[in-house]
Amino acid sequence: MSTSIELPVLTPKDFASDQEVRWCPRCGDYSILAQVKKILPTLNIPKEEFVFISGIGCSSRFPYYMNTYGMHSIHGRAPAIATGLKVARPDLQVWVITGDGDSLSIGGNHFMHMIRRNVNLKVILFNNQIYGLTKGQYSPTSPQGKRTKSTPYGSVDAPLTPLSVAIGARATFAARSVDVDIKHLCYVLERAANHKGTALVEVYQDCNVFNSGAFDFASKKDQKVENCIYLEHGKPLIFGKDRDKGIRLNHFSQPEVVELGKGGVSEDDLLFHDEKQENPTLAFLLSQMRYPDSPEPMGVFRAIDRPTYDDEVNEQVKDVTEKYGPGNLEDLFSTGDTWTVE
Amino acid sequence: MSAVDTQSNGNGNFRTTEQVDAVVIRFCGDSGDGMQLVGTQFTNVSAVFGNDVSTLPDFPAEIRAPAGTLNGVSGFQLCFSSTDIFTPGDEVDTLVAMNPAALKTNLADLKRGGTLIVNKDAFDKSGLSKAGYATNPLEDDNDSLAGYRVHKVDMTRLTRDSVADLGLSLKEADRCKNFFALGLVYWLYDRDAKATQDWIKSKFAKRPELVQANLSALKAGADLGYSTQAFTVHYKVPPAKLPPGKYRKMTGNEAVAMGLVAAAHVSGKELFYAGYPITPASDILHELSKLKNFGVRTAQVEDEIAAITATVGASFGGAFAVTASSGPGIALKSEGIGLAVITELPLVIVNVQRGGPSTGLPTKTEQADLMMSFFGRNGECPMPIIAAATPGDAFDVSREALRLAVEFMTPVFLLSDGYIANGAEPWKIPDLKNIKPIDFKHIKEANGQDGQYLPYLRNDRLVRPWALPGTKGLEHRVGGLEKSDGTGNVSYDPDNHQHMIETRAKKIAGIANHIPEQPLEGPDSGDLLVISWGGTYGSVRTAVQRAQKDGHKVTLAHIRYLNPFPKNLEEVIKRFDKVLVPELNTGQLRFLLRAMFLCDAKGLNKMKGKPFLVSEVYDAILENLKK
Ligand SMILES: Cc1ncc(C[n+]2csc(CCOP(=O)(O)OP(=O)(O)O)c2C)c(N)n1
Ligand code: SF4
Repeated sequence: MSTSIELPVLTPKDFASDQEVRWCPRCGDYSILAQVKKILPTLNIPKEEFVFISGIGCSSRFPYYMNTYGMHSIHGRAPAIATGLKVARPDLQVWVITGDGDSLSIGGNHFMHMIRRNVNLKVILFNNQIYGLTKGQYSPTSPQGKRTKSTPYGSVDAPLTPLSVAIGARATFAARSVDVDIKHLCYVLERAANHKGTALVEVYQDCNVFNSGAFDFASKKDQKVENCIYLEHGKPLIFGKDRDKGIRLNHFSQPEVVELGKGGVSEDDLLFHDEKQENPTLAFLLSQMRYPDSPEPMGVFRAIDRPTYDDEVNEQVKDVTEKYGPGNLEDLFSTGDTWTVE
Repeated sequence: MSAVDTQSNGNGNFRTTEQVDAVVIRFCGDSGDGMQLVGTQFTNVSAVFGNDVSTLPDFPAEIRAPAGTLNGVSGFQLCFSSTDIFTPGDEVDTLVAMNPAALKTNLADLKRGGTLIVNKDAFDKSGLSKAGYATNPLEDDNDSLAGYRVHKVDMTRLTRDSVADLGLSLKEADRCKNFFALGLVYWLYDRDAKATQDWIKSKFAKRPELVQANLSALKAGADLGYSTQAFTVHYKVPPAKLPPGKYRKMTGNEAVAMGLVAAAHVSGKELFYAGYPITPASDILHELSKLKNFGVRTAQVEDEIAAITATVGASFGGAFAVTASSGPGIALKSEGIGLAVITELPLVIVNVQRGGPSTGLPTKTEQADLMMSFFGRNGECPMPIIAAATPGDAFDVSREALRLAVEFMTPVFLLSDGYIANGAEPWKIPDLKNIKPIDFKHIKEANGQDGQYLPYLRNDRLVRPWALPGTKGLEHRVGGLEKSDGTGNVSYDPDNHQHMIETRAKKIAGIANHIPEQPLEGPDSGDLLVISWGGTYGSVRTAVQRAQKDGHKVTLAHIRYLNPFPKNLEEVIKRFDKVLVPELNTGQLRFLLRAMFLCDAKGLNKMKGKPFLVSEVYDAILENLKK
């Protein structure tokens, strides 16, 4: 008889619900769902301790397809719902599933506050740069000039960069990956799952119906090596098919592309990635490098330690209880002046 | 009123002490004059003495409107009495006015022959002009103050004199004049100042000179009463004969906080509260955030939408979850409340109503959110609504709101209002044994076939089970999309949608079988049934009692359960010839009663940001009896 309680070995299949998945064929959401199901069994957490909370959008149907606890809530509010849940139940591993419209348009406020509070939540932002569920309007991440149903002459809105917003709000974990980059996505999701604090993963997700090919630069094999820089902690920023290009900070502390070996440029001259830097400046600078103006970084931009909101709230409850003793209703009722009527 | 004794004050002056049953005092002055403070002190001292008390604080929405202006006037009215009282009084017996603006805005409420105490020093040219007085009412020849017992006291000077040796700045010295005024009124009504002295000592403990100064000012005020000949009478109000027990003073907001914590605590649950500051609901957040040692988790979140949705999340996790707000904040919560209705998760939404629409009258009371509570959400979205009648009642109603939420797996509206929230009354401290735990169960085992968990499998009350995340084998999803009954899976089936709408409605309507029948104050049938709800209870009840004493066949039905209504309400209504519904709105309950029970209810409707006067309701009763 074994004395230690062993967790049953789970497989991705155990995490699939009996509900028919109803995304459009070839939607990028399928791959993200598959990768999440793949990494959850590796985390050594019982299945019943996962909760998936989503807002509204195509991507937000996600929880219905997971055989875990979940809530498909209302547009933009998943971060607030998850915050309430996590404060009440710090023992659960809570994931937030959201789209670019859901998190940055209607839910921008909650998104920002979840991050600055550093609630211990794992957040997957499905960025397809379009409103999928409402059939193809531009979103807060659509590039300027984008022609959509609601912008037949091109959008005049300046877009947001989700990771810049997050890092600006002092995110403790911010990362980016692409739906079809299976290995990379799994790696980033796993890192997020193991991070303590708000772990934001932006995933470039192809909406092949309303915004097809928006991320070809980062997903097509031949293009991504030239256009993306895969961040590795402690390593220089190198990219290109022949790994002969790198990023260096110029005299104005701005990133510039340089060719290795040309003009005496060596690896040591390049920018080295440090995801653990407390100061968010460098991470912010990386988040501002956007295709096509510059090659785009992929991977973990920032991963630092900071106390989580849910821990702090619960610690305070513990501290106050220790200091004043557990609450006693009779004492509470009698606080302030009392008098007795005979 | 009877003169009980006559005594000498040692200066050769004789004065009489009169015994009276009830007195209404109003302190008014500039927002910076500390009127709320002295009003509260007088209330405490009277409550501790054993009087019944009822208070009506009235302050401007601006924190500090320009000093001395009409907009900056802050007032605190209280009634203290040797008998049961239910309102802070219609007419003021003694008005303390600290400046011309306060006099101008409050004089109309002072009864003929009443006592007026004014700070004469504030009636200078600038003070008079800020209040818009062309001539000084204390001096003018047209005798605007004739008919009152006027005491013109140079409070500013006397206060400064009393603290002269303490080295205070002029500004600090002048700040003490509210205690001078309080000392004088204490003397006038024969109050023991000890509790206030203790309060001053602890409040200013870090500034001994301020302790001294405020104590001196308090004493100087009392000394003035004792030594001058101007005050020929002073008054005694004996203790009231309240039911025996231990008492404290309670405001409505305190009562909500304590009621919720107590209900959760005796049920072995911890409370989760999320809120966003808003007048007049903020104090609920303030009170609850002190009570961490009861396991209360409070979160001041980014807005009211976050507050309602965070409670939905906490409720999904198994907490007793609550949020409170007012006016515009409740409007913001609508979509989140709808989510709680369709996911059938328990939570309490406290609405401390204030004058609307929009930002409206943030610091004034109104009852204009009843329709919003019934109908203010998209879709067919029924939920229980209950309302507190008095500050103390808010304690019991809070537990009741939580009970309904948890027993019926539904969000519940608890309606309070600005008058209840800030008003205070003596509250008999309950025996803990009488606070019954709330029945709740978290399902642990699958309830379907083959080990399947059916989150929407209902019991005989149509209530679904509450399974907590973390429970093995009960993994399930809830959400805002329509779902099949039983499995909870998303369903667009037309028949299912109709079934679900009807089922959710039936569940809420069925609550009528689990609440008390409508109680009546007065005979079972008669000429007129007065139906009221919420914070108007005190005035309406007093008016009905007066009419009953005068021999009229009038009965009061004060409704606590507004949705569903008590089962017998319709039948009760039919037993009376006429129905009168006094409300601080344009007739929202009346509209509902007429629609639901086909009764020709008449209304008494006041939208002035102020509670009913007893006389207003009394007059309406007589008028409706005549018609
Ligand atoms: C309060 C509210 N407003 C509007 C909508 C309509 N709506 C549903 S999804 C959506 C946008 C979804 O876009 P995104 O978040 O990018 O998700 P996607 O569908 O692309 O995955 C909108 C506007 C809604 N459901 N609720
Ligand atoms: S509309 Fe776009 S995002 Fe939505 S399911 Fe279809 S492909 Fe995916």
